[in-house]
Amino acid sequence: MTDTRSNIAFVRKDPIPPSPPPAAETGIIKWVRENLFSSLANGALTILALFAIYSFLQFAMPWIWNGVWNTSSLSACRDVLDGKTGACFSVLSERWNQLLFGFTYPSEFYWRPALAFVLLFVAAAPVLFIAYVPRQALLFTAIYPFLAYWLIWGGTIWTPVFALLGFVAGYVAFDRLVKQSFFIAAIAAVVAAGLVWWIGGALLTPALSPEVPALTAVASRDLGGFMLNMILGTVCVSLSLPLGILLALGRQSDMPIIKFICVIFIEFIRGVPLITLLFVANVVLAYFFPPGANIDLILRVIIMITLFSAAYIAEVIRGGLAALPRGQYEAADSLGLDYPQAMRLIILPQALKISIPGIVNVAVGLFKDTTLVSVISMFDLIGMIRGPILASTEWNGVYWELMIFAALLFFVICYGISQYSQWLERQLQTDHH
Amino acid sequence: MESGIKPRHTGRLRANGDDYHMTTTMTDPPRASFRLSSLFNDTRYRSYTFQLIALILLCASIAYLYSNLVENLRAAGLNISFDFLREPAGYDINQRPIDYNSQSTHLRASIVGMLNTLIVAVLACVTATIFGVAAGVLRLSNNWIVSKLMAIYVEAFRNVPVLIWILIIFFVMTNALPAPRAFRGEDPEASMVLGMFAFTNRGVYIPGPEFTNPLFASAAMNWLLVIAVLVASWFGARALSRWAASVQEATGNRPTTWYYTAAIWLAPVIILFALLGLTFNFPELSGFNFQGGIQLRGSLIALWFALAIYTGAFIAENVRAGIQAISKGQTEAASSLGLRPGRVMNLVVLPQALRVIIPPLISQYLNITKNSSLAIAVGYMDVTGTLGGITLNQTGRAIESVLGLMAFYLVISLSISAVMNVYNNSVKLKER
Repeated sequence: MTDTRSNIAFVRKDPIPPSPPPAAETGIIKWVRENLFSSLANGALTILALFAIYSFLQFAMPWIWNGVWNTSSLSACRDVLDGKTGACFSVLSERWNQLLFGFTYPSEFYWRPALAFVLLFVAAAPVLFIAYVPRQALLFTAIYPFLAYWLIWGGTIWTPVFALLGFVAGYVAFDRLVKQSFFIAAIAAVVAAGLVWWIGGALLTPALSPEVPALTAVASRDLGGFMLNMILGTVCVSLSLPLGILLALGRQSDMPIIKFICVIFIEFIRGVPLITLLFVANVVLAYFFPPGANIDLILRVIIMITLFSAAYIAEVIRGGLAALPRGQYEAADSLGLDYPQAMRLIILPQALKISIPGIVNVAVGLFKDTTLVSVISMFDLIGMIRGPILASTEWNGVYWELMIFAALLFFVICYGISQYSQWLERQLQTDHH
Repeated sequence: MESGIKPRHTGRLRANGDDYHMTTTMTDPPRASFRLSSLFNDTRYRSYTFQLIALILLCASIAYLYSNLVENLRAAGLNISFDFLREPAGYDINQRPIDYNSQSTHLRASIVGMLNTLIVAVLACVTATIFGVAAGVLRLSNNWIVSKLMAIYVEAFRNVPVLIWILIIFFVMTNALPAPRAFRGEDPEASMVLGMFAFTNRGVYIPGPEFTNPLFASAAMNWLLVIAVLVASWFGARALSRWAASVQEATGNRPTTWYYTAAIWLAPVIILFALLGLTFNFPELSGFNFQGGIQLRGSLIALWFALAIYTGAFIAENVRAGIQAISKGQTEAASSLGLRPGRVMNLVVLPQALRVIIPPLISQYLNITKNSSLAIAVGYMDVTGTLGGITLNQTGRAIESVLGLMAFYLVISLSISAVMNVYNNSVKLKER
């Protein structure tokens, strides 16, 4: 035994430390090999893409870097640039207020829509982040539409106050009676709200000396700029959601007449472009109002855009209703729930959850489509750019800066909304995979 | 079962006495006789009540709106009549697929507009499909930088209004490109691409095909003949591939047919072109403008490419979703059957992915057609620009014009939906 052991010249006592992986199989080199140059075609694509990025940056970087922010006209800006490539961002800084608020909104009242915009986030937070914000904050959300209306349009405070009181009366009546019957409660709510509106609007407001707590009134035609896009987008999405739910339920209903009405309405609206509906709002709708009624263009546009998006939201929600397993409907029936209870407590919560991505898509599309009102000569952001700003002698010819600004503004908001919806989907995911 | 449950409708149950015991527990409650309150409380009658109320409300609101309309029209001294369509339009249209001059009727102006809508819609659909499929496939590429670039493309174009893209491209076309006079002189600032294409701020000039030896007087008829020959070739090619399939069924060997297919597609149309004497008319600078060839106006190109790029971003997402919807097991199963990668794609993945991709693709085509009404923002004379724009403003016939406009788009939408339904039924999974 000792012999053999002495014949062995060397015995390793401890294990060899692992040698580092080959340079090509580790870290950044491996990543580059696998993700950028995995094959000849891939390498060519990478080089092509890099070249495209390089040539874009080579033009865009000096353009942004040399940008001029503080001149009063295009010619002054060109003088400052002195032949260099550069952007005239001064059109944005000089026309900032016009781009945001339109060109006839009284400048001393800019704080009002600005405040309404900031409060929008406060009001939206309890709805958007329902799990993280105390429920009491929903009270402010309920008040917000009336507050925002008062801030933006001004006028006597009694109009929004009585409008709000009408809704409160309707809600109280509904809440009292809903245990007995949904339909009696709904009718009672409508009656109570109508009563309050009638008493408040026709009897009390004239007696209440409307001047006292009032903001200076601003006419609807003075609204413009990005504010107009925001107003149209938020108002129409919020109004079209309940309308869309009703239409979807109507289309799924067993009652042939109601189903028929809903199908015709939805298919008609979805078959025509929004522009034709805006034409209707602009030149046709006035014929259908009672003679002498002078309805604002902005209100007519809100009506038509709301109907438009309600039809699309109805289709999305119909998809959600159809995707629910049959058993959910049967379970609700076997619990003895009547139709409104089954819908409110069992079906709609699930169907709406399934429909969230679709609804957000419609909302984003609708917000983008609010730019179409510039076609019927309303001065929204695009209308402002194409009309008063590009037509002015100072800024005739500044296309890129303005259009990129508008594109960026819309991108930030739309991308933000779609990111939020993805987050919400993850939050609401209750099934386990 | 002989429990305390007392059957109520004993008469009916005794009639089929055999299953008396089975049905005891399933008896209906007694049918209450009809009372007025059961119109609201009884589910048997409630739906009739609601439908009746809905119908009455609908009729009442229609009657109300109609009476308003009649009263307003009378106050304005107007009536509803489509006679204005037969009057001369009196305005020019800068892109005329059919003969039109300012003395033609409003109806003809509307038809020119409709054709222009269809032209830009078809061009944009084809281009958007190409962009969308390329971007959707490249976004799934394992090349990091390319997939990220495509993600940026999709997100940037989906989240910005299409009107902004139309205007940006229109500004590029009208302001960034050289004027035709820049092409003049010994050492011009601009020159034609390949001597055939001229990119100017008045539009893009491309060579136009012409027949020196036409069979019919009107150019459209000659082109219809070409299309007819192509359709015939399509039928021929299909018959050939059916024959090849039947041979394969019978013998197991598929005959090589690609050169026959190529001949069927190319030979007749080339012979026809030779008969008709096809030549190309190249654009040339004469005076202050280009003459000859086909002029694609800046408005057409802006609308075309903006719609194509914008919708392409949506199609890219559909294509990506469609390919990702096919489970990896399908690819692996096909490979384990011994199919080559190309055949895996053609025979297994693509037919299944198309079932997911095509329905949203068709609704994107519908969106393109509807969005093409934005032409009015850049002055492209589509149907919204003629019937809904100048005709409406000149005649003041708002209701009739908007109705006509809606009818046109509705017909297109409904026919595209019909095509989609036929397709959906044909590819529906055959479940047994």
